[in-house]
Amino acid sequence: MEFIIDIKKKLYDFQLDVKLQSKEEIIGILGASGSGKSMLLRCIAGLVKPDQGQIIINGKTFFDSEKKINLSMRERKVGFLFQNYALFPNMTIAENIAFGLDKLSKHEKKSRVSALMEKYHLGDIGKRYPSQISGGQQQRVALARAVAVEPEMLLLDEPFSALDVHLRNHMIRELSELLKEFQGITLFVTHNRDEAYYLSDYIAVFNTGKVEIYGQKDAIFKWPGSLETAKITGCKNIVEATRRSENQLYVPQWDIALRTVMKIEPDVGFMGIRANQIKLLDEQDSQQENCFKVYIADESEGPFRTWLYLKIGSRPKSRADFHLQCEISREQRRHLDNLEEPFIMYINPDYVFFVAQ
Amino acid sequence: MNFDLSPAWISIKVTLTATAIVFFLGLMIAWLMSNYNGRWKGLIDGILTLPLVLPPTVAGFGILLLIGKNGPIGNFLEIFGVNIIFSWYAAVIAAIVVAFPLMYKTTMGAFQQIDPNILSAARTLGASEVKVFWQVAVPVARPGIAAATALTFARCLGEFGATLMVAGSIPGKTETIPIAIYFATQGGEMQVALVWVLIIFAISLTVLVINNYWESHKKNQQRGLGG
Repeated sequence: MEFIIDIKKKLYDFQLDVKLQSKEEIIGILGASGSGKSMLLRCIAGLVKPDQGQIIINGKTFFDSEKKINLSMRERKVGFLFQNYALFPNMTIAENIAFGLDKLSKHEKKSRVSALMEKYHLGDIGKRYPSQISGGQQQRVALARAVAVEPEMLLLDEPFSALDVHLRNHMIRELSELLKEFQGITLFVTHNRDEAYYLSDYIAVFNTGKVEIYGQKDAIFKWPGSLETAKITGCKNIVEATRRSENQLYVPQWDIALRTVMKIEPDVGFMGIRANQIKLLDEQDSQQENCFKVYIADESEGPFRTWLYLKIGSRPKSRADFHLQCEISREQRRHLDNLEEPFIMYINPDYVFFVAQ
Repeated sequence: MNFDLSPAWISIKVTLTATAIVFFLGLMIAWLMSNYNGRWKGLIDGILTLPLVLPPTVAGFGILLLIGKNGPIGNFLEIFGVNIIFSWYAAVIAAIVVAFPLMYKTTMGAFQQIDPNILSAARTLGASEVKVFWQVAVPVARPGIAAATALTFARCLGEFGATLMVAGSIPGKTETIPIAIYFATQGGEMQVALVWVLIIFAISLTVLVINNYWESHKKNQQRGLGG
């Protein structure tokens, strides 16, 4: 399994310029809305023609501007799961799934459809129309329809954006199971970092038409390789910093020095620490490494988590006067009531990352 | 009252033939045009729509120029001894020209309403363009196409000006209901005219009502409310 994508396409306000090559099976494409990630899928499936470059999937050339190859959508036959599922409203569920199976005999068609309906938990809704089933069922029908033709590649365009939140988590798990069984390459586009992390092992981070970073998901989430990647993967605390030594940096705005595990190479850049990696300690000793006195400037409560807005070193003058965000459980928050300000914040050097400007 | 029923049969024959031709022609051209985005789109669309805004007599004049005794098509057909001017074929041609824009415009509107993802989905599933058209585009756009067909039928049935110019009013041969109404009124036979008015009224209303019921039945079927 291998794909090579190297394409350029002029869009309305920026250029799509993607170079991506991989042998992985499931790849998440993570990027903000309007970063060109859906356009990439459209180029691969043949809905949109790139200006130049090449697309080669499992050794089959879909597009090559130099060799003047541009296969039609029909010839590429990739499975495409549209954001709105794009089921045929005039056909029943069973007819939808059977749509691409013209080459099979009537009998084979029937057994393939019923096998898929069973596997995708579509039970006895085969005779219903798309408007008569739920959003989650529609998604499964769309996926069953796409894999029915046994494509070598599946392209999923924001598959959960049309679902309610409570349904979404359930569907992510279900989709994850179904994708594991799919024998082929899956490219999955999302703007949601949790979905990307849950569904794929490898992630390509997209920013204004370009792949910022491509790599193993844990590595990307731990030490994002660029400022944009840090933002897109949801890091809340990013601040200018300078290099002091190979494993120490200085944050001028906070006036603190931090030890890092990551080797620091450039002289100036940004340091980041995720809000959930910041610990508030019980003991009152701030002399230890990467431990600092902090005061709470503001806080906001979610149903299960609390976000604290902390200021290092001195009492905040207002609620907006804070340095960093820290995410803890409600229970941990209640525990803080037993302690006195200032609290002691510990920043684990393993989770501190540094990116060039 | 000496009542000749022949205009009814002529009208029905002309209307059904013209509607059938306009239906397929309009469907095809609307589909081609909704997939075409070249620089000539505006011009071609304008030409195809023109008969809708021009007086039917202008359309009739144009048809006469083409198929008349001295027109290029008329000349060509004369070689085979065929003369279509002042025959019921001419009435069919007049109806086609005048009704075509209604079918074309309404159908193209319906095609453009289709979610493009649905058509792309069909293509990525390996469907040929013929399959995309007949199994996806036409059924999905069916309400619009049905409305377009009903309008086309009504327009063909009611065609008067162009028909009179190219087919004349030969009783028993080219005299359609609208023309019969005109000449009956001219000749002071108000009762005859009134009967024809009521007949044409009944036919048009029947077609539109059947169309409405059939559409709402289809709609309910897809929503699961019956049949």
